[in-house]
Amino acid sequence: MLTFTYGLLLVLIWLLLSGHFNPLLLGLGLASVLLTIFLMRRMKLLDHESFPSHLFSQFPAFFVYIFWEIFKSNIDVLKQILRLDGKPITPQMIEIPLPQKTDLGRVIYANSITLTPGTVSVKLTSDKILVHALTKEAAAELSTGKMAKAIPDRGADI
Amino acid sequence: MIIDALSWIFLVAGGLVGIIGAIGIHRFPDFYSRQHATGITDTLCAMLILLGLGLQAGLSLAAFKIGLIFLFLFFTSPTATHALANAAMHGGLKPKLDNNGDEGKS
Repeated sequence: MLTFTYGLLLVLIWLLLSGHFNPLLLGLGLASVLLTIFLMRRMKLLDHESFPSHLFSQFPAFFVYIFWEIFKSNIDVLKQILRLDGKPITPQMIEIPLPQKTDLGRVIYANSITLTPGTVSVKLTSDKILVHALTKEAAAELSTGKMAKAIPDRGADI
Repeated sequence: MIIDALSWIFLVAGGLVGIIGAIGIHRFPDFYSRQHATGITDTLCAMLILLGLGLQAGLSLAAFKIGLIFLFLFFTSPTATHALANAAMHGGLKPKLDNNGDEGKS
């Protein structure tokens, strides 16, 4: 099932990237897709971590959420750079809990923290994450754990 | 026409945001806080410019490719930033923090 979805995605990407539909290029595409799948299976790389199809349904809502967060924090940092509110920056180093159970969820969380300007994840341990925040406000916002709840974090059922 | 104007607004806004990010890199005091300024050029600046380019391309294969560029940027830039910050921490670079004065100054 995983192999099938993966193959379907590869075919779709090939078609969209090439844009040609003559038999030669379609044949080459098919050969490439089959070779890729064969190699991925042989190297045992194809699993729920490299291709998290069980999380795909959660991604659209998460993307909307994270884009909004990125936008808001960008405006905050832009204000800090231009010193619009006249206050100096108050850099903080805080440790926040890492509630995700799967490795993939942890990676998504750490990357989301880094993606929102104003906070950068510096170090991960098994249950804590060290974050450098540009301002007290950004640190406080992150400590509420709102973002942690929005992260897609679910093991595969199959 | 409207799409053209909209795409130019996005492109110019993206350029401005990039310039502000560059100013931030010079203004902030230490390595860790400068990373936040680069975060701006990584995210909002890239998003606005790619959105503007996407509007210029219209509904075509080129737009799809721009989307892919955005997706790869979206995955790789935080990873690179984290790797840099982690390496700096590991190498013993102390951040200048607000609550304990001038820690980190040599």
